[in-house]
Parts: sequence; structure tokens; C-alpha cells
Amino acid sequence: MTSPEVLLRVDRLVKHFPITRGILIQRQIGAVHAVDDVSFVIYKGETLGLVGESGCGKSTTGRTILQLYRPTSGSVFFEGRDLAKLSGEELRKTRRRMQMIFQDPYASLNPRMTVGEIIGEPMLIHNTYSGKARQERVEYLLKMVGLSPAFANRYPHEFSGGQRQRIGVARALALEPSLIVCDEPISALDVSIQAQVVNLLEDLQRELGLTYLFIAHDLSMVRHISNRVAVMYLGIIAELADRLELYENPLHPYTQALLSAVPIPDPIAEEKRQRIILQGDVPSPVNPPSGCRFRTRCPIAQAICAEVKPEFREVKPHHWVACHMV
Amino acid sequence: MADLLTVQGLETRFRTREGMVHAVNGVSFALREGETLGIVGESGCGKSVSVLSMLRLIPTPPGKVVAGSAIYQGKDLLKMTDEEIRQIRGSQISMVFQDPMTSFNPVLTIGRQVAEPLEIHQGYNRAMAYERAAEMLNMVGIPRAKERLGDYPHQFSGGMRQRVMIAMALICTPQILIADEPTTALDVTIQAQIVELVKRLRDELGMAIIWITHDLGIIAGLADRVNVMYGGYIIEEAPVKELYTNPQHPYTIGLLNSLPRMDETDHRRLASIDGLPPVLLEKPGYCPFAPRCHLAVERCWNENPSLLRVGDQHTTACWVDPGTGRERQ
Repeated sequence: MTSPEVLLRVDRLVKHFPITRGILIQRQIGAVHAVDDVSFVIYKGETLGLVGESGCGKSTTGRTILQLYRPTSGSVFFEGRDLAKLSGEELRKTRRRMQMIFQDPYASLNPRMTVGEIIGEPMLIHNTYSGKARQERVEYLLKMVGLSPAFANRYPHEFSGGQRQRIGVARALALEPSLIVCDEPISALDVSIQAQVVNLLEDLQRELGLTYLFIAHDLSMVRHISNRVAVMYLGIIAELADRLELYENPLHPYTQALLSAVPIPDPIAEEKRQRIILQGDVPSPVNPPSGCRFRTRCPIAQAICAEVKPEFREVKPHHWVACHMV
Repeated sequence: MADLLTVQGLETRFRTREGMVHAVNGVSFALREGETLGIVGESGCGKSVSVLSMLRLIPTPPGKVVAGSAIYQGKDLLKMTDEEIRQIRGSQISMVFQDPMTSFNPVLTIGRQVAEPLEIHQGYNRAMAYERAAEMLNMVGIPRAKERLGDYPHQFSGGMRQRVMIAMALICTPQILIADEPTTALDVTIQAQIVELVKRLRDELGMAIIWITHDLGIIAGLADRVNVMYGGYIIEEAPVKELYTNPQHPYTIGLLNSLPRMDETDHRRLASIDGLPPVLLEKPGYCPFAPRCHLAVERCWNENPSLLRVGDQHTTACWVDPGTGRERQ
């Protein structure tokens, strides 16, 4: 088997948000360690799932990849170029190739623009289609996401959550990107609508050869849509493996606890399950624990976990984990 | 087991700018002693409004309970005076809400809020009530409970706040606990903590629970019986195992099939339910699910089905047998 082509390589990415004090003279008194030394690759045409609980840094990772936040340090290689070093016109041009679908379909569409203007705006800004051609492409994109071309003249408030999310998808597709960062694209939707949007994303991936970074907290949906899955905890990646390998054979104690906490819609399976109940809450990212970030809640932590930061290493082919005890 | 609470023909409407919204359209169910009843449905299906109506917590206007009864201990909650219902709420029937941040008063200490029901309902003095509050907080797993009585809600994390809310709801040892999406705002590991906690307290205190959720996963491991709601109606009711192994309503079947499974190995396409949930501006003369149903026959468009018995303790509001695709006899 030839090794698949790498579309995106994230190398030791760090994003800290400063905490400042003072009004006129702002002094930095600390930092939120949102993403701390994260490395992974995304192969062309695959879906990489990024899961973790709120505040673990998964959305920040997605936004830093797109350079919506500039990284504190580290590199993001996309189609061979380091985005962290690009700026201005060059960055703007590269941005065409990577787009984002947001979580909240109510907040991410401008209520004063028509659907046609929303989907057409990226083409206007990047000057890819104009006039009649743009209008035709808007209609084509609407059809592609399963909406009527006649909707182009309507406003976002006339649509339901699921339909708005389709509009968001059409906008993301307008510039023919190769990478789409989907930031919790279905968590604001009703259960019966979630499947519609997930099926749409899968169809588009097959037709257009898209690559997805799928950020979500719903582990069963991530298991469904991803080829590989990365688990984040408090700014680091704890474990990364192929979909079935990660779910069948999790090695990191956090992944094990996380998976055991997911409810299964089957009362008979639920009766037999043994849950690993983690104690306490996630520590503050302002002051993360020394050594292993998970050690304060870890059921198998030893002395070394407080002293040495575990290396993120490949313990089996394609199975990476950051834990001393593995 | 005896019925603890019997709800009959509950109907609630809201007056809005767009017109009258028929949120709950004749909901009937019974809650037995010590059992856990799950109410499942998507947003706007009327699951929260039904229990809020029953406890008279619907703001009027715009809302109004227009019909129905809710019999508890031989008396109708909907016909009681305000004073009578107040004595029941928070002492015999109490509630845990979805959002643990907005459900507390931010300017009162946790101790004050947890102890308050005891002072009001059971005549405790402040000192005794605080002592009992500390015990209760300890029971729900708040570390150093006694010292934390003086803390304010914002000093607790989301999961801890939900524990405090449970302590507050249980402090008078209610017979019925109503939990309205209590874990929806929480992370999955914290959700597991809360579910385990509620199960343990249920077994220790022997109370009955109504657990409202949109998550078919949680209910599978928690409930004894389940009501599925759609468009303001209960459309299926069954014991939990029966519902998951032998669902009879096309909506329930669709919901279960639209969920990705943690134990599937092959990649299958999710079965989605086409279309959108109903707009409730009028009470339809047909089955509310018919516009989205792939099994709908002519009768579904002419007559709204009421709950039909399809098995022991299993009822469904559907004219069609999903096994054969033909109308039920």
C-alpha cells in the first residue's frame, strides 16, 4: 500500500491566550494554555475526528489551523506551506482552500443578508465568480446541499436549524476548498436532523474529495464519520488511532473513561456495562498540572506522572498515545 | 405497584404573535411508586411543557393549561389553590432543571438556597436547616460540604452546581423527582457522574423519577418505562427493553436508526428522518408525523390516531403496523 498523501501537518502547535491586568498599562499575569504542543497530520480525503470535553482546546486547535488565531509557536503545513509564516495576500489566497463550518447555525449567518448573498460573498471577496456566473453557482451550491435554488432570495430567519446548517455548508463549499474544519456542526441540531447533515457531509466528501477535520464532543457520531480519531484533554492530544482501533482498544486511561461514559441506546447493553467514573472536574488550563495533564483524575497515576510529561509516541502502528503507563 | 401520579388529557397552549401554539395536545400517563419514567422527544415536542403544566409552572399569559387533570394523593394539582400547590412543590414533588447556572439565585449562598425548602416546608430553624443542607451536599458528593455552604453558585463548576441542585431538590425527601434534561449542559464524563448519583439516590431514598431528555442513550440505562413524544402528543409508551427491541411507531424506529452505534463495525449510512418537526400553530386533524412518515396510508391523513395497545404495557399512536407496512386490524 502506498502511503496516503498528507494534506495538513500540524507540528508542535501551541496557542496561549494571555491574561492581562490593568487598564492603561496591561501587564500579562498569566496565560490560558488552550493548546499545548499538539502534533498530527491529516491525510488527503480522510476525516479526522477531534474529540474532547468542553474547554479541552479542540475548537482552538481548529481555529489556529485556519489561522483565525495566530499560533503562539509551532507550524501548520498545508499543501506544503507553513501557514504560521504567511500573512497578508498570501495567507488570504491560501484560505480559499480551507473553510469552516460553525456550530451555531443561528449565530453564523448574517441575518441582514439573503442566503444568496451569504453563499456568494466568499466568491465576491476572492473574485472567483462574478455577476451571472456567481448567481448560477449559488443556485448550483444550494442544490448540492439539498435546498431549493429559489431560497437564494430569502433570509436566514426563514429557515430551520438543519436548513441553516446546509446554508453554512454551501458557503464553505463556495471556493472549492480541499479542507473543511467542521466545528461541532451538528451539536445544535435535533436528533432526527443530525443524521441528515452527517449524511450530507459524507456525500459531499465522496463527490468532491473533501478532507474534514471533524470537531465534536459526541463520541458515537465521531466514531461514525471519522477514519481516524484524536482525543484531546486539557490542551494536549492524549491518544490518536484509527477509528475502530481507538474505540475497540483504547490505551489511554482518559480515553477508556470517556468511552465508558458514553450512553448506548440499548437497555440490554447498558445493563452489562461497567463504567469508569472519573472523579472531580477538569483542572483549569491557566494552571495545568505538572507532568501528565490527566494525572489529577487518573485512576492509575504513579509518582512519575507528576514529574515527567509523557511523550506522545507511536506504541503500535498508527496508534499514538501520551501515557507513561502504556 | 400503585400509581403515584395520574395525568389525564393535559392540554397546554401558548398565545404568540404568530398565533396559538398547541404545545401539548392531550397527554395522559401514570407514574408508579419508585419507578423511573423517561420522557423522550426533540425540542418543541412538548416534553418539558407537560411536566411544567402539571406543576403549574407555565407562565400565564402567554401559556395556558386548557384541559386535563393531574391527580396526586387523591387531589388534582391543576385545581389546587396556589398555597396548596406551593406546599407540594419542592417538598413532595421537586424539580431539577437543565441549566445549573441560571437556575440558582446568584446573590444567595448555596447553603441558603439548599436549606430554604426545609425552613419553608418543614419548619426547621436556620441552624438545623444548614446542618441538614451540609449532610445533603455531602451525600451528593460535594467535598468539604460544610465549609462550602457560604459559597456562591459561581464558585462551583457546572457538574458541581448540578449536584447542588440535586441536593436542593432532594432535601425534603420528595416522592417524585422531575429531572428536565439535567445533564444536557454537561460533559459526558460529568454526565456519567450525575447519572450514577441519581441512580444511587433513587435506590437509597425510594423516590419515583420523571427524566426528560432528547438522548435515547441516557434513558436506555436509566428508565423503567419510556414515553416518546412528538408534536405535543405521546406517540409511543413501553417498558424500556420493549421500546428499544420492538419499537412500533415509525418515528421511534426512525430515531433509533438515525443514531450511530458504538458497536457497529461496518460503515452504514445513517437512516435520517426526512423533513422537519411540525409547526404547532394548529392542531392537525391527521397524524402529526404523517408528513415525514414513509409508511403513511390514507387513514393517517384523515384521522389522528390515539394510543392503541400493541402489547403488554405497550401502546403506540399509529394506524400502521411497521412490520407489515399495512394498516393495523
